[in-house]
Amino acid sequence: MTKLLFVAPAAVYIVLFFGYPVVKNLTMSLQEYTTKTFFTGEAPWVGFANYTTVLTSSLFGPAFLNTALFTLGSIVGQFVIGLALASFFRRRFPLGGILRSLLLLPWLLPIIVSSATWRSILDQDGGILNRFLGGFGLDPVPWLTSPSVALISVIIVNIWVGIPFNVALLYGGLQEIPEELYEAGALDGATGWNAFWHITLPNLKPVISVVLVLGVVYTLKVLDIILGLTNGGPANSTQTLAVRSYQESFVNFEFGVGSAYSNILILVSLVFAVIYLRVNRRAVDE
Amino acid sequence: MSQTRLNTKATVQPTRSPAQARPKSRKQLGYTALGIALLAVMLFPVYWMVNASLQPSGNTLTATFFPWNPDFGGYEKAIADQGGNLITSLIIAVGTVILSLAIAAPAAYALAQFRFRWINIALLVIIISQMIPGIVIANALYSAYNDLGMLNSIPGLILADATHAIPFAILILRSSMMGIPPSIVEAARIDGAGLFRAFFSVVVPVSKNSLITAGLFSFLFSWSDFLFALTLTTTETVRPVTLGIYQYLGTQVSNWSAVMATAVLSSIPAIILLIIAQKYIAAGATGGAVK
Repeated sequence: MTKLLFVAPAAVYIVLFFGYPVVKNLTMSLQEYTTKTFFTGEAPWVGFANYTTVLTSSLFGPAFLNTALFTLGSIVGQFVIGLALASFFRRRFPLGGILRSLLLLPWLLPIIVSSATWRSILDQDGGILNRFLGGFGLDPVPWLTSPSVALISVIIVNIWVGIPFNVALLYGGLQEIPEELYEAGALDGATGWNAFWHITLPNLKPVISVVLVLGVVYTLKVLDIILGLTNGGPANSTQTLAVRSYQESFVNFEFGVGSAYSNILILVSLVFAVIYLRVNRRAVDE
Repeated sequence: MSQTRLNTKATVQPTRSPAQARPKSRKQLGYTALGIALLAVMLFPVYWMVNASLQPSGNTLTATFFPWNPDFGGYEKAIADQGGNLITSLIIAVGTVILSLAIAAPAAYALAQFRFRWINIALLVIIISQMIPGIVIANALYSAYNDLGMLNSIPGLILADATHAIPFAILILRSSMMGIPPSIVEAARIDGAGLFRAFFSVVVPVSKNSLITAGLFSFLFSWSDFLFALTLTTTETVRPVTLGIYQYLGTQVSNWSAVMATAVLSSIPAIILLIIAQKYIAAGATGGAVK
């Protein structure tokens, strides 16, 4: 019995702070849950009306597409740059270890700090990036104020934020590949790119899958980067499902509609969570 | 820092055979130079944050590449406006560390060492809980906190912020506690210690390193939290500094030096941790995700 007391606090916490919110979101999404509810305590059941509102909203399609583009762009960028840096730092050279750990800094900073900093860097008129580009005679780019560029800008910033996490995990994976494999490969003439394709990538596969799936799950729920940089604008060009959910609930106080959005987000995350669990089990079994 | 430098040297030298070492040394310096260049590009935004915080007028239009005449006006304003928020963040972060470790450490030990039949299901629940978007939790907590009078309260934010920390801490502590030999706990119990006494006097001391790692990350997660600060506070009474920065972004973008000074002050915990606790950071970076 005392043994159960070790897990009881954690179990209670998880039920109250994960179980209850998930159930509450499900019920809220079926109710007309607005500011009025907080005064009258009444939240009439409305069936799937909130979901209909969400799916027929002119913002749903763009938000879904933006979520997909934001996630895909971020993951590809973070992963490719992260793998390149992890492979580079796998070499042994003076100061390598220190440089590699300093590389983690962007990951440890509060994300809103990174958003604020990038917002000053990307400022159209005075930002250092446009002044730098101006040095090459290029026109200033409206990084955060043009609907056609803003999504690219938030993706770039999210890539920057995510690179260290990718480097840390992939570097860990590279360390696990036995040196003998490369020595054996070198005897067969596999060096450089050849070794990378035929030795590094296949052996890194379990870690790569975990990095990619975790990256997707984390990126789907990103809010601070977008709110800090663009607040979903300009002209809704950086609205994602997570941003929509926040704005419906906490800006429009339409909690029913907001939770419908977030349940759609959970559903998408769940697909990737299942992939993660399958991949992780396989990685552990191997 | 100096300790890690010694460590890397100690691990690097023996693996390199002397025959290879000499012709490679110039190439290796080239790698060091390239490594520094890559790091300079990656960390440029961090440099720019510090630089902009020291610019006189606070206007990025006139910011020079180096703060030749550093001006601390931004910091004066930041501390005057945000000093209280920094302290609020500190209290919340320390509270989150205490709460998270108090809940996660015994649970992690139980999941690592006791033979419950439902351990795999518990682990599955913990992993899935890490994937639930914060906005889902915020939606539900807002209405619950509203009823309970817990909006704008430090305990309310500590409890919410622990949602980032507790699943992570359980996973990372469990993976290290799997390595504790059951015999040392049994020895304490034969000496008459109860299960809890044995936990505190044997398990906690031998798990010191992973407790530090989990504690550091709990601190960082809570210190960096933005979503719960944004949704679960509605007045000025309890305001973490992350929300302070967000509000600056709405009102003070003409005074970038104050915004960037607040950003620098909010980055100090991350920078200190990275410098003095590298080994724990590295353990946390891989531990929670893969294991």
